[in-house]
Amino acid sequence: MLKAYYHLLFRDLRLAFRNRHELANPLIFFVLVVTLFPLAVTPTTEALRAMAPGVIWVSALLAVLLSLDRLFKQDYDDGSLDQLMLSPNPLVILVLAKVTAHWFLTGLPLVIMAPLLGMFMALPDEAISVLIYSLLLGTPILSLIGAIGVSLTVSVNRGGVLLSLIVLPLYIPVLIFGANAVDVAMNGLSVRGQLLFLGAVLALALSLAPLATAVALRITASR
Amino acid sequence: MLEIKSLECVRDDRLLFSDLNFSLDDGEVLQIEGSNGCGKTSLLRIICGLRLAEGGQVYWRGETIRANREDYYANMVYIGHLPCIKGDLTVLENIRSLLDTRSLTVEDDVIETALSKVGLASYEDVPGKALSSGQRRRILLAFIELAGAKLWVLDEPLTALDVQGVALMESMIIEHQQAGGSVIFTTHHGMQLDCEMRSVKLGGKEYMKASTWDEE
Repeated sequence: MLKAYYHLLFRDLRLAFRNRHELANPLIFFVLVVTLFPLAVTPTTEALRAMAPGVIWVSALLAVLLSLDRLFKQDYDDGSLDQLMLSPNPLVILVLAKVTAHWFLTGLPLVIMAPLLGMFMALPDEAISVLIYSLLLGTPILSLIGAIGVSLTVSVNRGGVLLSLIVLPLYIPVLIFGANAVDVAMNGLSVRGQLLFLGAVLALALSLAPLATAVALRITASR
Repeated sequence: MLEIKSLECVRDDRLLFSDLNFSLDDGEVLQIEGSNGCGKTSLLRIICGLRLAEGGQVYWRGETIRANREDYYANMVYIGHLPCIKGDLTVLENIRSLLDTRSLTVEDDVIETALSKVGLASYEDVPGKALSSGQRRRILLAFIELAGAKLWVLDEPLTALDVQGVALMESMIIEHQQAGGSVIFTTHHGMQLDCEMRSVKLGGKEYMKASTWDEE
């Protein structure tokens, strides 16, 4: 069972590295949006600082949203998804492997890039470290919740809008607490509450989202 | 071994078949016949457990496939219309990843033997996107050979295959049947199988009653 998890994880990582331009897309989107913002507004340190948490978090969220499609689309189109569902291994484990691969390929690069963008936006050091923590806890939640949405819409042609409608309301709490944690850290207050909340949501998503995704995939396949 | 009891399938408000019963024992070959759109693919997907039937059950070794899932999927292999081949992976990686989802560890030389049997010797390191559609189907032939399953469920296995490919598929089915395995398949191409074979016809007279069903 663990072996099936690793095999699928490595297969997805290998596929992504053979197709690098697709891999770079969310990261480029993230960097572009955050770097364009200061150009469009008065770039005073105070103004940048005030909006930095929101801008970085919204861009990260949209970057993940844009990349969700590739989570199951290719497997659905070439029939591999059927084979995954016919595996003697629990579908939940395989879903978890696919979501893990997705996070390694989108969430993790965003987390690594975030400190640099934080400096662009004149964030103080302590806020940058909180930004990393909040993204580290938040981006896996985005991948996990996104998987539910994709598995419901993968069979719909051009289901992008539908996907956003399903997923965005569930993303909002993560956005609020993630951006707020950075904001609070800038003002020198304790961020314990916000980070604990993100951790709790991550634990919840980790335990429930793969189950929901597996059920949604079975519904998709049965049509 | 496999038993289908009073299966019913509805698609887009049309009754495709109802009260369908048949069973399949070890070493039996069964062809599902019927015209386009009569529900052959739907039936095979129901048998695999990919699709939910509107009524009835599929039993594997006396239990429903849902209850007996692990044992059923370890012993059943399904090939559908889609090739399941990734263009960015090599032939060897493609077949490995298919076997990995079934948790099978197969030695490299066994895979190579299977590949040369289906006419893909020396293609191991060629990426999937460089293959023709017939060659992609041939990878699947090697996969079902290696999957070690008792029951083969093949939906139009002859698609895109050339004359030698068709002959190969036929000989594989006969070999599998002689080894005590069983096969359910659909095809619109004539398959000359030199073995005992049964067939189930879908879309027969009794299924034309769809109109009465619609009125309910």
